Amino acid sequence: MGLAIAIVVALITLISTGVFLSHHWWLPHAISTIAPALDRQFTVTFIITGIIFVVAQLALAYAVWKFRDTGDSRRAVYSHGNTKWELSWTAAAAILFIGLNLMGYQIWASVHFTGPEPGAMQVEVWGEQFNWYFRYPGPDGRFGPVHPEKMNAGIGNYLGLDRAHDADSKDDIVTMTLGVPVDREVDLTMRSKDVTHSFFVRELRLKQDMVPGLEIPIHFMATETGRYEIVCSQLCGLGHYKMRAFFQVMDQPDYDQWLAGQAAAQ
Amino acid sequence: MADMHVAAVHAHAAPSGFFRRYIFSLDHKVIGIQYWLLGLLAVLIGMALSLLVRFHLVWPDAQIPLLHLLSPTGGKGDQMQPEYYLSLLTLHGTLMIFFVLTTVPQSGFGNFALPIQIGAEDMAFPRLNMLSFWTTFVGMVVLLSTFFISDGPPLAGWTAYPPLSAIGPATGPGEGLGQTLWIVSIAIFCVGSLLGSLNFIATTLDLRARGLSLMRLPLTCWAWFITAVLMLLSFAVLFAAGVLLLLDRVGGTSFFIPAGLVVSDQLVNHAGGSPLLWQHLFWFFGHPEVYVAILPGMGITSHIISTFSRKPIFGYKAMIYAMCSIGFLGFMVWGHHMFVSGMSPYSGFAFSVLTMAIAVPSAIKTFNWIGTMIGGKLRLVTPMLFAIGFVSLFVTGGLSGIFLGQPALDLTLHDSYFVIAHFHMVMGVAAIFGMFAGTYFWFPKATGRMMNETLGKVHFWLTFVGAYGIFMPMHYLGLEGHPRRYSTLTGVEFLNTPHLMHLHEFMTVSAFITAAAQLLFLYNLAWSWFKGPEAGENPWEATTLEWTVPSPPPFDNFAGRHAVVYRYPYEFSVPGAEKDYIMQDAVEEAKKKK
Repeated sequence: MGLAIAIVVALITLISTGVFLSHHWWLPHAISTIAPALDRQFTVTFIITGIIFVVAQLALAYAVWKFRDTGDSRRAVYSHGNTKWELSWTAAAAILFIGLNLMGYQIWASVHFTGPEPGAMQVEVWGEQFNWYFRYPGPDGRFGPVHPEKMNAGIGNYLGLDRAHDADSKDDIVTMTLGVPVDREVDLTMRSKDVTHSFFVRELRLKQDMVPGLEIPIHFMATETGRYEIVCSQLCGLGHYKMRAFFQVMDQPDYDQWLAGQAAAQ
Repeated sequence: MADMHVAAVHAHAAPSGFFRRYIFSLDHKVIGIQYWLLGLLAVLIGMALSLLVRFHLVWPDAQIPLLHLLSPTGGKGDQMQPEYYLSLLTLHGTLMIFFVLTTVPQSGFGNFALPIQIGAEDMAFPRLNMLSFWTTFVGMVVLLSTFFISDGPPLAGWTAYPPLSAIGPATGPGEGLGQTLWIVSIAIFCVGSLLGSLNFIATTLDLRARGLSLMRLPLTCWAWFITAVLMLLSFAVLFAAGVLLLLDRVGGTSFFIPAGLVVSDQLVNHAGGSPLLWQHLFWFFGHPEVYVAILPGMGITSHIISTFSRKPIFGYKAMIYAMCSIGFLGFMVWGHHMFVSGMSPYSGFAFSVLTMAIAVPSAIKTFNWIGTMIGGKLRLVTPMLFAIGFVSLFVTGGLSGIFLGQPALDLTLHDSYFVIAHFHMVMGVAAIFGMFAGTYFWFPKATGRMMNETLGKVHFWLTFVGAYGIFMPMHYLGLEGHPRRYSTLTGVEFLNTPHLMHLHEFMTVSAFITAAAQLLFLYNLAWSWFKGPEAGENPWEATTLEWTVPSPPPFDNFAGRHAVVYRYPYEFSVPGAEKDYIMQDAVEEAKKKK
């Protein structure tokens, strides 16, 4: 029985670690400026926890096998522990885990403590059950006010803009796809119409909840062109699984052309 | 002297009526078994719901026979509708977390074993004890009633984040009466838990036998005591939060609902609330709750590993301090559930440092369990196997917490399958292994009969390998960015691929095999209860006081005798001793000579 436990625990440990190491299922291809640092932090965490995982499980397997009762007359060692060992692994665990956490400080700081670069492109991201809307301020660089009572999907006024009376709203552009130029800092403001949603683009390594009543800023820079998916990652109701929009990263000329097309369609 | 001793004996007999004896019993042992059975019912329903959920993920278009009988709208044409999927996972989570993980390890085992382990006749307040059980029972009836109302069960998850849970039926099916009943059920559950925790604290502090100082308490008792303190402080907050949420729904208040909400183009008539307030209150409860679920399992595991290694626990005091610091720090880390919630990122960073600090006492416990086994003489009976399984799963589930405790990594891992893998491993399956270990360990004491070892071992092997088969692949899905709580994968291109579907298929098959293995456990339980071989007083050659009384113990546990404790709880393999264990109430040689 002791041997069987040792073998099974060892096998589970080695197979699960092996699948991780094969990278068959792994972090997807990344396309943002923060992603390399984040992926590096992930890998460092993976290596450290992976070593602890393998060592702890194999130590458990070994102890169960080595010290099993074989029916001989041996007695167990009478010991209440060892303070020196106790203190050393407490200290080691504290330094390792807290140190690992401090290493990741810079990534979190670059996303949340440091604001976007000056001149970053402004976009508002709106969530509703179960759609996404994106608002660009247009040539005046200013978003017009939102009037909740005027929101009416039937006439295409998704965000409750009063273009007739609010000068700032006149040139606002509301789209169903988030289009951005490559290598340009983008400053998003997260808003929600109804319940809490969450903006997640896995290739950007970026996730932020959208809480009704709050305007939450988050910024990023995409480094590769292409079409990616924005998915909702906070339970928002029965259509949560299909609350999806596209995220299109384009060269500057393509982007300008795309935005002009969107403006014309307003 | 001998005469005086006899005079002090005051045996109390059990009431003779069936109802007072088994239904509205004041006996802590019966109440413990009632809690255990309630938890068994909850876990069977909860497991059935998870099988439906796993089946639907892999075969979304398949018909599930008779599903329309369960819910005419949610199971229309025997096909699971998206909202019903969410309802099932909401009830799965609620049943498992409240009515299984909170109920069985603490109220079930604690009620049964704590008074006997400390040499008491009963809990401090037997009537309160009965009341807490029946309050909890009512809470579960209210929760299950949501299956049978026309609205259907709620779909906002066990975390019930407003505004989804606060506005009413406009936000989705099940968000009408179903959600209201959910809140009522949880509030009732909170009351039962508060009453129970008061009782545990008073019992542990006041009713210990002579000689049983705090530093001689079995680690199980320490775990139940610390858990009771956590429950007292955390369930009070959940109760308050629940009342506020209920008022938002039925009283027209706006604690959690901000101004200007528009649901399906209709302006919601609320203003001034904050959805984040709920998240703070909920997780102020919710994180200590994780430790409420796991601490008793840690106590049971420590107790069992020491007993069956025939060796004193490695670092008895370190184990106590570790549990105390887990409990203390457990109240300061709730914000790690909210790194991407919109909460101040500076608080997020502070919470993450405290979260890493809590990994330290967890690591101490793991080292000490393995340290106890090293140099021991391990008897690999079923309770010991489950305790070993607990350690393995706790290590696996704990280490994924090192990823999730870092806010930067949460930018991609939050609310993904990686999180589901983490908490199922550590607070779900590890805690359930603690429950199985406790069941196999105390069953002989509760019933007077042994459970079948062969069936127990097969049950262990299938459950252990099966649990890894279900939850290990979830980590891989999480890395790929797979979000939680998606009823089908067809709405997103990167999810709708064979690459990820293969993992889902593997997990679903593992889940069905693991669930089937539980039938062995049920069979073993029922058979052994009536036909198992007689256990005798101390079949495991354990040292604590419950093994000094007959199995099952008499109504007042010690038949009027006052137990006196002379020793530390884990005196195994003491050099020079006749046997390889010494009971806690064995008189010391030095005192005998006097």
